[in-house]
Amino acid sequence: MTKYIDQGKNDTRSGFGAGMTELGRTNPNVVALCADLIGSLKIQTFIDENPDRFFQIGIAEANMMGIAAGLTIGGKIPFTGTFANFSTGRVYDQIRQSIAYSGKNVKICASHAGITLGEDGATHQILEDIGLMKMLPGMVVINPCDYNQTKAATIAIADYKGPVYLRFGRPKVANFTPVNQKFEIGKAIMLNEGTDVTIVATGHLVWEALIAAESLEKQGVSAEVINIHTIKPLDDEAILKSVKKTGCIVSAEEHNYLGGLGESIAGMLAKQHPTPQEFIATNDTFGESGTPTQLMEKYGLNSKAIEQSALKVLKRK
Amino acid sequence: MRLLLIFTKFRYLKMPKTEKLQEIVTQTRRDILQMVHKVNSGHPGGSLGCTEFLVALYHEVMDLNEGFEMDGLDEDLFFLSNGHISPVYYSVLARKGYFSTDELSTFRLINSRLQGHPTTHEGLPGIRIASGSLGQGMSVAIGAAQAKKLNGDTKLIYSLHGDGELQEGQNWEAIMYASGKKVDNLIATIDLNGKQIDGATDDVLPMGDLKAKFEAFDWDVIEIKEGNNLELILKGMQDAKNRTGKGKPVCVLLHTVMGNGVDFMMHTHAWHGKAPNDEQLANALAQNAETLGDY
Repeated sequence: MTKYIDQGKNDTRSGFGAGMTELGRTNPNVVALCADLIGSLKIQTFIDENPDRFFQIGIAEANMMGIAAGLTIGGKIPFTGTFANFSTGRVYDQIRQSIAYSGKNVKICASHAGITLGEDGATHQILEDIGLMKMLPGMVVINPCDYNQTKAATIAIADYKGPVYLRFGRPKVANFTPVNQKFEIGKAIMLNEGTDVTIVATGHLVWEALIAAESLEKQGVSAEVINIHTIKPLDDEAILKSVKKTGCIVSAEEHNYLGGLGESIAGMLAKQHPTPQEFIATNDTFGESGTPTQLMEKYGLNSKAIEQSALKVLKRK
Repeated sequence: MRLLLIFTKFRYLKMPKTEKLQEIVTQTRRDILQMVHKVNSGHPGGSLGCTEFLVALYHEVMDLNEGFEMDGLDEDLFFLSNGHISPVYYSVLARKGYFSTDELSTFRLINSRLQGHPTTHEGLPGIRIASGSLGQGMSVAIGAAQAKKLNGDTKLIYSLHGDGELQEGQNWEAIMYASGKKVDNLIATIDLNGKQIDGATDDVLPMGDLKAKFEAFDWDVIEIKEGNNLELILKGMQDAKNRTGKGKPVCVLLHTVMGNGVDFMMHTHAWHGKAPNDEQLANALAQNAETLGDY
């Protein structure tokens, strides 16, 4: 199995911050907006280096989305920053009308996504944001897996014209993708080739999928691991190619199974190549307080759960 | 024929400013009435109430470039927040030359660029943001105003909002922001007709003294007491322009009469979202004789 080394745990939000720092230096049209969460979004360097291109909106997310839409008129590329919950559900209609329907070049950058926000509990955790965003026509939805990939994705979306939802998280997780790996929107990354089962993971679950694949290998099961950083547009081709070889699939995400990556995959496979599938996702539930590790364990979102689902789906072939 | 055209043009050039605008206003009223009548839907009341204002804005007040570019660099920009008054917006844009007046006949029909509420989605020239879900236009206008500042562009941003629309909370986030961040290249006009779908704004949800509210949020506020009087609109908007660039956003409280120019549509909220029937249309058109030619 392909070996991946953790280069040192780091949070994906810091990857976003590093990406913003670089964009601040390289793209004069990039502007940043924040709703009173500069520290959480790790954008202080961008602000220090480009004070004129930063807009502190205050605790007013609806206004932030509208201002972002307006800033595109005049050629700016606005990146909005707040928690995933306040980036989506709280401002759905503002995004729908002023950004998505209006086709505005706004990058909605959402930190603290999913259950790993941890101790703050369900009011701040969101497990529905992928669904909310992927349902908007024309919206690109990206959930990178580690620090390096989040940095690369942040830089890449500035060059894409159109609305993008970029989702990342709070906890420090393994940083294992190559530094400066080119980020291609909508292009899945093959992490490990296998023949028995396909594991397609996004965000924090990608590293867990690799651990699961290692364990499966010891049991004689060859798992193919694919990193789907872009949930929409989905890389149908990469998934189809894999399941035609393996005959079964596990999808893994830190999100509700309703509206998530797994649902997108299932819908695509139902039309093109029906395949047994198991879902690693939360089961139509809110989160709760706890440490990220405890919550991932309790809600079945870790390598152990992926491994069990892989063994289960193998039997359904 | 040619002589007649030259004569007409000469006559037009010699006309006083407000008389010229009045001709466009009357024709715009006819457009509005015919558009909503044809599809038996749309919002004539608020449209008629804002006709003088929008005609004055596009033909006298704003500094506009030829043609349409989404980015609108080095020209004044307008944002309509209360998107349901699309009939007047479309007529004014068409008669200003953004698209052919022939297209007004497609209003609200399937496959039309003239959607029920304005949108950029169909690529209609003149429109820079979708609106209709209320309360969002002020934020967008602020964003565009900030982009102008970043670009070193000294032109202005104009926006129009319904009074009932101010019940949406997002407005107050935007109103607080605009003054707090000194967005002083913005003139936001409130269409104060005192009415909304369910009745008088004072009955639905009283908003109190809007002048005092805007002033409390540190805006520079002017009132145009007769918002259907072209002369007073031009005077008021010149005053508003003079107040820009002084550290405060400018608010214009435009006192209008809903349904203005059609006697049976005036002073009532009944025509907020209702189209006239054949007889009512004939009556309304008779009160507004054709000036520039129907579409």
